[in-house]
Amino acid sequence: MRTLEQTTQEVLDLAAKHFQLPAGSLSPGDDFFKKLGIDSLQTLEMLSRLENHFGVELPDYEVQGVSDFKTLAERIQSRL
Amino acid sequence: MRSFIGKTLRWEWRDSMIELILDHEPANEIGTAMLAELEKFVGAFGALAPETSVCIISSARKSVFSAGGDLRELYHRAEAAPERERPAGVREFLERIHAVLNAIDAAPFVTIAAVHGICFGGGFELALACDLIIADKMARFAFPELRLGFIPGFGGIPRLKRDLGNAAVRDLLFTGRTVNVSRMHAVGLVSQLAGEGEAPRIARSTAAQITKLDAATRAAAKKFIKPIPHEELRREIDLFCELFTRPAVMAALKKFVEESRPMPYLA
Repeated sequence: MRTLEQTTQEVLDLAAKHFQLPAGSLSPGDDFFKKLGIDSLQTLEMLSRLENHFGVELPDYEVQGVSDFKTLAERIQSRL
Repeated sequence: MRSFIGKTLRWEWRDSMIELILDHEPANEIGTAMLAELEKFVGAFGALAPETSVCIISSARKSVFSAGGDLRELYHRAEAAPERERPAGVREFLERIHAVLNAIDAAPFVTIAAVHGICFGGGFELALACDLIIADKMARFAFPELRLGFIPGFGGIPRLKRDLGNAAVRDLLFTGRTVNVSRMHAVGLVSQLAGEGEAPRIARSTAAQITKLDAATRAAAKKFIKPIPHEELRREIDLFCELFTRPAVMAALKKFVEESRPMPYLA
């Protein structure tokens, strides 16, 4: 079972890879809408990547209002 | 007509296969422009059917199969009409789209939706009219209509009920959530999973297999396996019209059209 720290790191690594950012350029407290400048379509793409990676389902309404990586990782962790 | 290039879509017939490609900015919304070209497309079935085994429907848009019905257009048309005439205007649009999707559903050849990215609402209903759905691992499916106060209106509920268990239908409708391709594969709606960007190639490979089937047997089997739920489709149009023109729905749609984001119902 992953720890929350491991899940958070994997979320950061996936986001950096998907949006072609240098590894280590994202932090758990970053606002991903501001940091990545993504729209709702790109958010759904990211959601698919996260679901495929972690093998979970994340209903979009459960991540509504979530804008930082750490809280997103917590939502994922609760379904692992 | 063996090939056609329109403003919202194009198709080409080759080697007993039709490829229809949706290509309408920004997200293949199905409004009157795409509907008119889809009518042209199904109008060509009569001439093409005798020499066609398979039709593949896909999208040229990045990250999107189709975001669904053009709600902005539907709202503006309804808003511009006198209140008592609104139901008739909505019904006329629905009758036309139902005729198109029923023609695709009943086509005497095999139809495959090759899906990538967003496949929501009316786009999902287009895919549901097809015999097979082949989707890549980034595909997401949703019926978000109830979030706006109405129901899917392009035949989605009767076709979902035909193809899925009722619990899965309720999950899609009552949550309006976006569902990934693994779930849709697990419930049996997606027949084959494809790698990212590979759905059209896998659809063509499947089409090549289907062309080996005897045409008369294939068509007879399809008719036997896949009855069209005409009565429920009629009831869906009635229910949609009843719900759609309520003041609460018009208010929700007004809020929707005033948003600049592509899919505000997911906010």
